[in-house]
Amino acid sequence: MSEIETIEKEALGAVAAAEDLAALDAVRVAELGKKGRISGLMKTLGGMSPEERQEMGPKLNGLRNRVQEAVEARKAELEEAELEKRLETERIDMTLPPRAVPEGRLHPVMQVFEEVAAIFGDMGFTVAEGPDIEDDWHNFTALNFPEGHPARETHDTFFFNSQQGAAPKVLRTHTSPVQVRVMEAQKPPIRILVPGRVYRNDWDATHTPMFHQVEGLVIEKNIHMGHLKGCLIDFVREFFEVPTVEARFRPHFFPFTEPSAEMDVKYTKRGESIEIGAGDSWMEILGSGMVHPNVLRNCTIDPDEYQGFAFGMGIDRLAMLKYGMPDLRPYFEADAGWTRHYGFRPWLSPSVAGGLS
Amino acid sequence: MKFTLSWLQDYLATKASLEDILATMLKAGLEVEEVEDPGAKLAEFTVAHVKTAEPHPDADRLRVCTVDTKDGEKQIVCGAPNARAGMTAIYAPLGTYIPGLDFALDKKPRKIRGIESQGMLCSTKEIEAGEDHDGIADLDGDWKVGTPAAEALGLTDPVIDFEVTPNRPDWLGVQGIARDLAAAGTGRFLENPIRKVEGSYPCPVQIKLEAPEACPVFAGALVRGVKNGPSPDWLKQRLKAVGITPKSLLVDITNYISFDRARPLHVYDAKKLKGAVTARLGKPGESFDALDGKTYEVNEDMCVIADDSGVIGLGGVMGGESTAVTDETTDVFIESAWFDPMRTARTGRTTGIVSDARYRFERGVDPAGCVDGLNFALALIKEYGGGELSSANVAGTAPVEGKRVSFDRHDIPRLTGLDIKPGEIKKMLKELGFGIEDAGEAWYLTVPTWRFDIEQSADLVEEVARLVGYDNLPTTSLPLPPEGRKVVVTPAQARMRTARRVMAARGFLEAVTWSFMPKAQAELFGGGGEALTIANPVASELNQMRPSILPNLAVASQRGFDRGEREMRLFEAGPVYIGDGPKDQRNVVAAIVRPVAERHWSGKIAPYDAIAAKADLFALLAELDQPPERFQVEAPRQPHWHPGQAACLKLGPKVTVAHFGALHPRALKALDVDGPVYGFELNLNALPMMKARATKTKPVFERSDLTPIRRDFAFVVDEGVPAADIVRHAKSAEKKLITGVQVFDVYQGTGIEPGQKSVAIEVTIQPAGETLKDKDIDAIADKIVASVSKGTGGVLRG
Repeated sequence: MSEIETIEKEALGAVAAAEDLAALDAVRVAELGKKGRISGLMKTLGGMSPEERQEMGPKLNGLRNRVQEAVEARKAELEEAELEKRLETERIDMTLPPRAVPEGRLHPVMQVFEEVAAIFGDMGFTVAEGPDIEDDWHNFTALNFPEGHPARETHDTFFFNSQQGAAPKVLRTHTSPVQVRVMEAQKPPIRILVPGRVYRNDWDATHTPMFHQVEGLVIEKNIHMGHLKGCLIDFVREFFEVPTVEARFRPHFFPFTEPSAEMDVKYTKRGESIEIGAGDSWMEILGSGMVHPNVLRNCTIDPDEYQGFAFGMGIDRLAMLKYGMPDLRPYFEADAGWTRHYGFRPWLSPSVAGGLS
Repeated sequence: MKFTLSWLQDYLATKASLEDILATMLKAGLEVEEVEDPGAKLAEFTVAHVKTAEPHPDADRLRVCTVDTKDGEKQIVCGAPNARAGMTAIYAPLGTYIPGLDFALDKKPRKIRGIESQGMLCSTKEIEAGEDHDGIADLDGDWKVGTPAAEALGLTDPVIDFEVTPNRPDWLGVQGIARDLAAAGTGRFLENPIRKVEGSYPCPVQIKLEAPEACPVFAGALVRGVKNGPSPDWLKQRLKAVGITPKSLLVDITNYISFDRARPLHVYDAKKLKGAVTARLGKPGESFDALDGKTYEVNEDMCVIADDSGVIGLGGVMGGESTAVTDETTDVFIESAWFDPMRTARTGRTTGIVSDARYRFERGVDPAGCVDGLNFALALIKEYGGGELSSANVAGTAPVEGKRVSFDRHDIPRLTGLDIKPGEIKKMLKELGFGIEDAGEAWYLTVPTWRFDIEQSADLVEEVARLVGYDNLPTTSLPLPPEGRKVVVTPAQARMRTARRVMAARGFLEAVTWSFMPKAQAELFGGGGEALTIANPVASELNQMRPSILPNLAVASQRGFDRGEREMRLFEAGPVYIGDGPKDQRNVVAAIVRPVAERHWSGKIAPYDAIAAKADLFALLAELDQPPERFQVEAPRQPHWHPGQAACLKLGPKVTVAHFGALHPRALKALDVDGPVYGFELNLNALPMMKARATKTKPVFERSDLTPIRRDFAFVVDEGVPAADIVRHAKSAEKKLITGVQVFDVYQGTGIEPGQKSVAIEVTIQPAGETLKDKDIDAIADKIVASVSKGTGGVLRG
């Protein structure tokens, strides 16, 4: 074995035997460093004859390159092993719980308001609002409630104390006064949807002194009762997200509409839940009618020129029907468990494009 | 209102089935609530004759009866005290289900105290046909053995109950119902006009009308020598079927005519009357004993009926005890009058009397029916009670206006979309009792005297539409308005929606709580004014409109805690009230947190605090496009906030938009809530609306190529100096280049004099145009130190 072969064998052996990066570097310095063994051999090339150099040059270069490559390869190996070892010490128990983030929820009534607005918005309605504390004119008189109507009595209506002989203010008993406010302020065409809180002096298993209504009003030149039917059937179908709805309209009496109608829809009861749209029983769902000519006149709109329809419905009940809340009372108790159960996720925003629920 | 099918058929000739009649009622606006076929559940029960009834040898209270039944002679042991030979009873064969007892008889005869019983004799309560349970049913009349019990009890007739809308008091009489059903196409209306009854002597009872505005007409007549006793079976059965307990012939006849013709009457024992009968207004100090056994004060607004003894009745509301008919009554004076609806309603409300007469008169009784009603009563009394009739004494005149209304029949298609021939319209309206004068384009209609709801063309459109049926109107989807869809919500409404979603996304549960609260709570939270006190609250603790939502949320958080909730985070976006005017309502977002320190394996998590409430508020404001730097944080201005751990947020010197921080322990104590509770209340109405811009295009984005430089400074200041002042003064040192100042440390303790604190800030400098050299940066730093020193007295910490 030549000296070169011996050196190569020893050097490669030392590289392979290096247990860590420090040991490897010591080998590298001993062989390839400025004063290293292989570097020393390389320096002898300068004192050789051209013939010797021709022979020894490639041999020594080859030696140096192979040892260098072996050092690089071993270095990569040792680095990989070191990383593995470090990662092993960094291990944590990934089954541990993260920090709890509180989960918020939206109230079902408020969500249903938005669902209703999305549907009617698609039909060209815009949302209007009005005050909860109303005067006698907007809540009753302008809406064609005669003097002495039972709704004007204290067992139905909340009153404030009368001031300076004026008729006492009331908590609005329905969202209809907003109809009057809008018609007083704006000329037709009008298409509005009025969500809001309403109040009646009643508190038992199925009534709360405050509840929510949505009122609709359309005043144009050619709107008739067929549109009322079509509009409300379309609404119910979209709201309950069913392909068809079997509905009927019955005559009823409201002071502010003529003709007046109540709308019933067919439903089926399956265990605790109710399916709207088809079935064997009818359920009343809203009141409606053509706006009474006296109401239009009270708002200085000529009933011979303009006409239209109005409707009103209880939102709390619609929400109960759609989402299966069995009881009205927890609605207003700010009960965390109930809200987590029946409430809606914050980013569920009802829209015609993205779906209601 | 209840009526029976056979009663209806007095006025309606029809072959329609019950189902068709119900469908027509619904179509015409008579909302059926319940239909009861009382015979259906009595099919097993039949009439039987008791031949003998002997005491049971071994039981004092039992009788052993032999009974003739449809199944032959049976031996039945019976416990009823009234079982006796010769009675007509109701028999249930072995195996029958007894609904009132909810069990079935054994199929085989059973021995009762040693004697076999082969069936059962029933009380009306046991078969759910009445309330009588003192003994077995003791049937009147000559019923054959085997006759269905339903027939003998008068229960073969379906009873229909429906809702009478307040505009149609004529539906409170069977005749009125029949008229509408005929017009709606179910049969022919039979008017059955009342014949005038001839009296044999003039009515000796004088009638005086002293208040024609309250009682414009009063028809009366006397019957002498009448025999008042039980009514005939048919009459009792009809009354029972509609829920009226028969009393005596005279009372039953008045009730019958009320239900038959919607015509209330009153009967007086004529021998108890003293002098003339007068309809007048009440006088102060008067009172009277009513038929309900109570004494009522009378006032000058009430229409009373009086004689020489004083008040003997409240007109149209209730009669008096002193002149009431009894079984001994022989001379009866009948009143058929008309009372003003509004006054009747007021009298009813004042006295609290709820009576059938009040119900009818306050809705409206046909004024043209006074004399007919009287004649009807006279004819029935004569037939069933005998006696001598006087002629009718009619005082005053009925307020029958003969109201005329012009009707444009084109309003029908205009308002309903219905295409209908003039002939059909006329036919229907005539059947309803309208007189029609056809003047070509315009029609003039005479309104029937029993209709108070017809004022104008639209009212007639409803008549036609409902008789045709709303199902037969077209159904047309609403076309979009010509100008197309609009943005559905206003910017203010949109902001409310965004606010709700932001709060829910930040872990808050949305609440909807009452708009009213106890007055004491409202006062604690800056409200409680008299104008916002509800005069008739549903409960005394809900008597004041809320000035703030915070108390409701705080109380709810305590309720949740008591139920075992841990940290409660609640918010509500809704109204508060600062006055009773239409512009005095504010939309606020209120949020509260009742913190619980959560434990975590990684170490302690800082619990929610006043600064966390600030973080939530500012996050909300940021989402509402309200940059935080436009607001100033100042000491709280409402007494329900912690003086040292709360603040108000102001926009300029005048506008307060929000309060946030810790609620005052005193307020929490008054609410019975364990603190601490943190939160905020933001008045959305006080926030400026973003101006609508002409274009939606955003300005061009410019990125600086130059890296921002960050430098830290620490200032020692008096501990009362707000950190915000240091930040503000640092920023103002070089407005163009300083893009951010962040407080990252506040320190008090070793190395800092007591009463002072060290506040450390990181300042971000963004070079513009050219790179800053070290000396430029040093110059800026000097400016910062100078500005902060000048503004706050702070010294750069060495």
